[in-house]
Amino acid sequence: MAIRDDELKHLKEMILKMASLVESSIRDSIRALVTQEPSIANAVITADHTINAFDVQIDEECIRLIARRQPVGRDLRFITTGMKITSDLERIADHAVNIAERALKLFEVHPMKAYSDLSRMREIAQRMVKDAIDSFVNEDKALAQEVIDRDAEVDDLNSSVVNELMLVMTKEPGNIVQASQLIYISRNIERIGDHATNIAEMVIYMVDGRIVRHMADITGQTP
Amino acid sequence: MTNVLNGAELEVKNLNFYYAGNIHALKNINVPVHQNAVTALIGPSGCGKTTLLRCFNRMHDLYPGSRYEGEVMFNNINILAEDIDVIDLRSRIGMVFQKPTPFPMSIFDNIAYGLRLRGIKKKSELQDHVETAIRQAALWDEVKHKLYESAYTLSGGQQQRLVIARALAVNPEVLLFDEPTSALDPISTSKIEELAVELKQTVTILVVTHNMQQAARMSDFTGFMMLGELIEFDNTDVIFTNPSNKLTEDYISGRFG
Repeated sequence: MAIRDDELKHLKEMILKMASLVESSIRDSIRALVTQEPSIANAVITADHTINAFDVQIDEECIRLIARRQPVGRDLRFITTGMKITSDLERIADHAVNIAERALKLFEVHPMKAYSDLSRMREIAQRMVKDAIDSFVNEDKALAQEVIDRDAEVDDLNSSVVNELMLVMTKEPGNIVQASQLIYISRNIERIGDHATNIAEMVIYMVDGRIVRHMADITGQTP
Repeated sequence: MTNVLNGAELEVKNLNFYYAGNIHALKNINVPVHQNAVTALIGPSGCGKTTLLRCFNRMHDLYPGSRYEGEVMFNNINILAEDIDVIDLRSRIGMVFQKPTPFPMSIFDNIAYGLRLRGIKKKSELQDHVETAIRQAALWDEVKHKLYESAYTLSGGQQQRLVIARALAVNPEVLLFDEPTSALDPISTSKIEELAVELKQTVTILVVTHNMQQAARMSDFTGFMMLGELIEFDNTDVIFTNPSNKLTEDYISGRFG
């Protein structure tokens, strides 16, 4: 008696629900910063409890399926991927909470030029998360690879935002507090991109059975 | 453990069983068998799981010198009582053995046998009952064109489903499975497991298996037995992810047995 289709479907649905909450948190965290609306930031912080509950629930379901159905092959790769994806989603939500908490500290100050760059970064990172989850649901290896490739764009934007803000700090000592908070936010978005990349790498493992993480460390080559 | 012990259809209370020569094989067993669920008994060879299973339809009565103490309550009646009609009991609590045991007759007659014993003579009625039972056992499509051929023409897995159909034909309330797949290949095993899970909608199922993965796959409740004692009984999810007794943990993780 193998793992049942409805059990796999249920697991997929739980992961999709969690992912959709996480995407909203990413979007709203930066929206809170830009619109200077405390209620939006607080909603992101509150939503984290639900996301954490999904993390536990999905883990428990995966453990149950491993114990009860003894999955092998494709089913085993699906379930282990599901567990890892959930951890990444949970970490992404934590970064959104960090952004929202910093946004709450910046309500009294004038927006800086860096806000538009951060919004752009947020857009790319959020899209990466969405596409990574879509690639998981549709077992789409090509889309997963696109997500991995797009991470460089977020990294580059992060570097330029950080450089720009360092310049601000040098020239305008009065803005050091705000600029340093924005550097942290930029770093949070950059980490969101990294977690989306992790998810995409796991999808390639799920589809191909090939672990593409740390490829450069092992073979000296990129995947 | 309190919640899983409530609302059982069959309930074993302080059961002790002795084989001839006063061999104490079951020691103060208390275990529930829930309605519309699959309950599995697991444990190493000689732990008493089959001995316990055979108490439920008084199979031990066939061997002189054996003795029951305690109660097995079935719909508020102690089925271990002296005045129980064991023939009637065995049609209400059917048994499926390790090796398929078709009768040396046609597929149709295997199923019709118990029905005829119950006085059903009309051909159309027999045909209806036979078809229903074979369909319930998920065997119909494979045998519908050869109902009057010998049951021995069937494969081992099909024979086992035929035996299940035969037991189902007399509308039992409980089915006892004694290592029902140990003589079968993996595909046939999978079919029997799926069948048991389907059948629990209408019949309560108790299965003894030395294959603990099978218990994990098909049961809702699991009891772990050792040396004639019930060590732990709980939801199968709990037994296979976080059992409370170390002996259970060691057994299911393959450290002994």
